[in-house]
Amino acid sequence: MRITRRYRFAASHRLHSPAFSENENAELYGKCSNPYGHGHDYVLDVTAVGPVDPTSGQVVHVPTLDLLVSDQVLKDFDHRYLNTDLCEFKTAVPTSENIIRVIEDRLRGRWKESFPSEWPRLESIRLRETKRNSFELKS
Amino acid sequence: MFITRRAEFSASHVCAQKALSAEQNKELYGPAANPNGHGHNYLLEVTLEGEPDPVTGMVLDLKKLKELIQQAVIDPMDHRFLNYEVPPFDKVVPTTENVAVEIWRRLEPHFEEGNARLNNVRLYETEDLYVDYAGAAGEESR
Repeated sequence: MRITRRYRFAASHRLHSPAFSENENAELYGKCSNPYGHGHDYVLDVTAVGPVDPTSGQVVHVPTLDLLVSDQVLKDFDHRYLNTDLCEFKTAVPTSENIIRVIEDRLRGRWKESFPSEWPRLESIRLRETKRNSFELKS
Repeated sequence: MFITRRAEFSASHVCAQKALSAEQNKELYGPAANPNGHGHNYLLEVTLEGEPDPVTGMVLDLKKLKELIQQAVIDPMDHRFLNYEVPPFDKVVPTTENVAVEIWRRLEPHFEEGNARLNNVRLYETEDLYVDYAGAAGEESR
């Protein structure tokens, strides 16, 4: 069974790569490259998979998942300027593609500490930048 | 082809095991273990898989699907206290996971014949928490 939990964070970013000239950045990233950045209300869906524990009736202990996502993601991402406030984006452009990879790395890196048993496993992550754009990584 | 029908019901429940102490239940289920119960507006999405009938152009008459969901799930569960009024939740803890399994169990026999097979039950307990269940066989193959 799959269980999906939704989280939200508000953050700003600027899409701008030092590998390109100002004109090339403007051309490639458009208004997302405006110098002072801009923000989004991101929606993060985290899906775990596993059998229903016959005693507890649960696939995942939701407060444990909440704590993991809060510690590894929300605490650092919420109400932050991603370009300057997160070490991962000192070098990588904080596109949604790169953001979702960072989130996956952070969750997978600590998953076993929160869930040491075989199940539940992290199944997929979906990041919604706006209502019209969403990005998904499946294991 | 997949078709999905949505339905809603409101129900109350308590998540607690009789074998555990009040403290242990609170640890495991949080505020959902509060002894007098609480409620949710559950949102159910039932997904069927099948090929459209060449004559009618339909996988299944959506009106029939609506009636089936109504009879098998909504009528017995809507505005009920699941632990007291809807078996097996007198014995089984009515977590979202177990409610989804029970909904599958109630719906699945209706789709053993005909074009459409039950493919997935998605049950939202809140906007921020849902489960997907594809039946015992579906879980094996995924």
